[in-house]
Amino acid sequence: MTNHWIDIRNSDVILIMGSNAAENHPISFKYVLEAMDKGAKLISVDPRFTRTSSKADLYAPLRSGTDIAFLGGMIKYIIENKLYHAEYMRLHTNSTFLVSPDFKMPGELDGLFSGYDAKKRAYDKTSWNFQRDAKGVPKSDLSMSDPNCVLQLLKKHFSRYDLDTVSDITGTPKEKLAEVYKIYGSSGQAGKAATIMYAMGWTQHTVGTQNIRTMAIIQLLLGNIGIAGGGVNALRGESNVQGSTDHCLLFHILPGYLPTPKASWNDLAKYIEKSTPTTSDPMSANWWGNRGKYITSLLRAHFDTKLSAGDGFGYDLLPKLDAGQNASWLMIFDRMFRGDIKGFFAWGQNPACSGSNAGKVRKALGKLDWLVTANLFDNETASFWKGPGVDSASIDTEVFFLPAAASFEKEGSITNSGRWAQWRYQATKPLGNSRHDSEMMNELYFRVAELYKKEGGAFPDAITKLSWNYGFKGIDGKIQHLDIHAVAKEINGYFLEDKVVKGKQFKKGDLVPSFAYLQDDGSTNSGNWLYCQSYNGKGNNMARRSQNDPSGVGLYPEWSWCWPVNRRILYNRASVDETGTPWDKNHPVIWWSGSGWKGDVPDGGWKPLNQAGTRKSFIMLPDGVASIFGAKMKEGPFPEHYEPLESPIEKNPMSGTRINPAIKRFYEDGGLEEDAFHTNDQRYPFVATTYRVTEHWQTGVMTRNTPWLLEMQPSMFVELSPELAQEKGIKGGDMVKVSSGRGEVEAVAIVTKRFRPFKVQGKTVHQVGLPWCYGWSTPNAGDSANLLTPTIGDANTMIPETKAFQVNIEKRG
Amino acid sequence: MKRKSFLIDTTLCTACRSCQVACKQWNKLDAEATVNRGSYENPPDLTPQLYNQIQFIEQDKGDDLQWLFINRRCMHCADAGCVKVCPSAGALYHTKEGMVAFNQDKCIECHYCVNGCPFDVPRYDARQKVTKCHACSDRVQNGLAPACVKACPTQALKFGDRDQLIAEARAAGKKLYGENDLGGLGVLYVLDDQPGTYRLPKNPAIPASIFFWKDVVKPLGILGFWGAVGVAALHYVTVGPQKFDESDDPQHKGGE
Repeated sequence: MTNHWIDIRNSDVILIMGSNAAENHPISFKYVLEAMDKGAKLISVDPRFTRTSSKADLYAPLRSGTDIAFLGGMIKYIIENKLYHAEYMRLHTNSTFLVSPDFKMPGELDGLFSGYDAKKRAYDKTSWNFQRDAKGVPKSDLSMSDPNCVLQLLKKHFSRYDLDTVSDITGTPKEKLAEVYKIYGSSGQAGKAATIMYAMGWTQHTVGTQNIRTMAIIQLLLGNIGIAGGGVNALRGESNVQGSTDHCLLFHILPGYLPTPKASWNDLAKYIEKSTPTTSDPMSANWWGNRGKYITSLLRAHFDTKLSAGDGFGYDLLPKLDAGQNASWLMIFDRMFRGDIKGFFAWGQNPACSGSNAGKVRKALGKLDWLVTANLFDNETASFWKGPGVDSASIDTEVFFLPAAASFEKEGSITNSGRWAQWRYQATKPLGNSRHDSEMMNELYFRVAELYKKEGGAFPDAITKLSWNYGFKGIDGKIQHLDIHAVAKEINGYFLEDKVVKGKQFKKGDLVPSFAYLQDDGSTNSGNWLYCQSYNGKGNNMARRSQNDPSGVGLYPEWSWCWPVNRRILYNRASVDETGTPWDKNHPVIWWSGSGWKGDVPDGGWKPLNQAGTRKSFIMLPDGVASIFGAKMKEGPFPEHYEPLESPIEKNPMSGTRINPAIKRFYEDGGLEEDAFHTNDQRYPFVATTYRVTEHWQTGVMTRNTPWLLEMQPSMFVELSPELAQEKGIKGGDMVKVSSGRGEVEAVAIVTKRFRPFKVQGKTVHQVGLPWCYGWSTPNAGDSANLLTPTIGDANTMIPETKAFQVNIEKRG
Repeated sequence: MKRKSFLIDTTLCTACRSCQVACKQWNKLDAEATVNRGSYENPPDLTPQLYNQIQFIEQDKGDDLQWLFINRRCMHCADAGCVKVCPSAGALYHTKEGMVAFNQDKCIECHYCVNGCPFDVPRYDARQKVTKCHACSDRVQNGLAPACVKACPTQALKFGDRDQLIAEARAAGKKLYGENDLGGLGVLYVLDDQPGTYRLPKNPAIPASIFFWKDVVKPLGILGFWGAVGVAALHYVTVGPQKFDESDDPQHKGGE
């Protein structure tokens, strides 16, 4: 979230699209309903009428996978009705920048942008560049009327998304589209705020990243980024998914969003040179210019501090990505399936149910030599070898099960969607032999290090030279009881030698006050620069529990701690005009007092934009402004509608380019039978999507083992419209079979008007929906909806497309 | 002690069912095996192990759809049919906060309260003792909110001084169900539609037979009871015990 949970109460318009917050983030509705009580409008856009929709002022249905068309129509509406916040855009976005005259768009190139290489299925982005002056600063047209300026290009691109066209793609009635656009567009006035609450309903598509880009563009047009009650707010699916992402859950980043080194970046200097963004604009802060300090401090935290600058502080010991290597989720299981991966830790996860195309995942697990699962309960992954249809005798995988402590059985921090790192305490001792995850890691580390010492092996230094100072070491050199505070302090970072920084004297062993003090000479360490300040000389800031709110807009700056540097609303310098005066005087986030900023921690402490020596407001981007034109995207600087891999219609109504042209196509790139797909195919005529329910969590490993929850939602179901039910002779409560090109599941039919047929391209399109919280290990509960979902991912992130695919449904004979 | 009440604002309910679970947790009620019958609503009705339940109601409203949710439970009536009809003093009773609680040790398993309730609430557990929502009387007596109220994330469920809850709802322009019925219900509702939509009686009343029982027959009955005991004793002494015909025993019918 750019903002945070409590801030939702400051909104005037709340759009919930790509998420079902009432059901999956129930606590958020405390703040949604609070906003509504003060007059805010709630809009719910979803293929299915949900518990969220039940509370909305306005519900609009759309066919799964058509969000860009839906929102593209809104961009057109906002521009043509001049609802945008022009002054905000000029100050804080690249809408005034001039793009190369060679740049061409999908309207001219049948769904493609200029520079497409059909063979590589990738773009040469040269024509996407900005026109720059002699110094390298982008050229601007402040009147935003030049035909090559970003706003005019945006207008031209989305002029194709008129109400008729959009309605014909999304299946949303035109009057509903117009109503949503009107209400949401009203937030373009200064002093009005609109927010978006989204989740996996937007990300898990082949165009997932562009779904969110489309909304980011809308928020920038309306001046909704940086302000209270605004922002682009990802509702995280797990209580600590924000924290795990910050601390490098993903293959392409190290802690603090530092890029994973590539094999060709052969030393630390090269890493810094290649990965550090530069700017020619003296007005741009280009905060990532500090990358050298952050990576060096990270290496100092990872590895033995005896390693010196001459050793690159241990840079050689970091894992590197081969050229072109992608190690994301789908690739892991593809490689496992092909026998390239021998061992796997399924730690706090259940891929046999959570993985897209779970049938392929289950087969892949059987190709492993060994599998370690750490979890609270037995689950479909740990017991994959005795799952339905598996010949146990043919499985050679050795499976280990490590019983893990539950959240209330351990102390530590979690970081919520609003980036608040909150400390929590152990309420009760772990049950039986179950252990804190960190203790399992501690034990693993010492045992593996010992094996390297005894037996040698390839590349031992990556393990034996790790720094591991997380508690009292016994006579055998091992830590018996890991001190979680020592981990938290190392994440914050220490001075490793006496040092004067910014005129302040620090002693070896002092905690670093904040990331502005981190060094690139090896004199500081920090396990994650973004968390530097979380645990410093003032103590464990994550454990703070003051309910003071001096701002009056719900920032609560002394409740827990929030990255970066306790800034509660990101990009908050865009909440003010060039004099430092808030656009919204009733909900000021920051304001310039004449001598300094008041309110939230400003996004860079420079003076207002009309004063000498200032820096632009988006400090993490080299151009210093937000990207309405986003040339970093794989499939184009503006979002364009493409159909899902599997779709109920033959062609993309927008162009001759049916699907996202930049995705990896598993089925073509030496794909497997398991990766089959069937689009516009009468065998699988119905659109399907998956979701969660309030009563279960993720694959249900915890909740299916909580009988009270199973009582409320006992088994797998599929929701379908009365119209489709009649067509197929299905009644509510009937057992039905839902099948796709990958597999099938049995489910109880819930026949409900909450699903209605769509009119798309003149034909009736039915959609159904299934939860993915069930698995065969719970008696009579049914199996995972992911047995149906495809092997295909987003062009930028490779997140699987589980939210739009094709199925058939039949009454069980 | 001021009378307390629940205020259930259905317009704020998101049917997350925290109330259902929190109740089970606090009152140590076992889960029951259920099946999906083509609905989210489960268990389908109050049971001895389910003191409160969210009902899901889908209906058309013009061209749009409404999905309404209501938390159903004991209404804690001031003029409570169950208390009235109960022949065993103290088995069902009003707490000093005005809520209807029960004491299973005093329950004589007569099931009269089932018929006496206009809302079909009391249930009998495996030991054939009465059970239902008692407004977490153990928590309330110790200054805590009932478990369901504590768990509710949206303040759809509130608990407090009845007069104050009514005053607040009125100030917010909300119309209440149950303010004056049956001497004033201990569960007040803010509804989004007519009571009938939520399967609530428009004008709840104690069945006439109960009124007759409690206010007319029972006073006479107490007299009559001892009279009957006397007659039975006389009958036993003069005629002897009754012999039952075994073919009338339902357990031996079999084969149906």
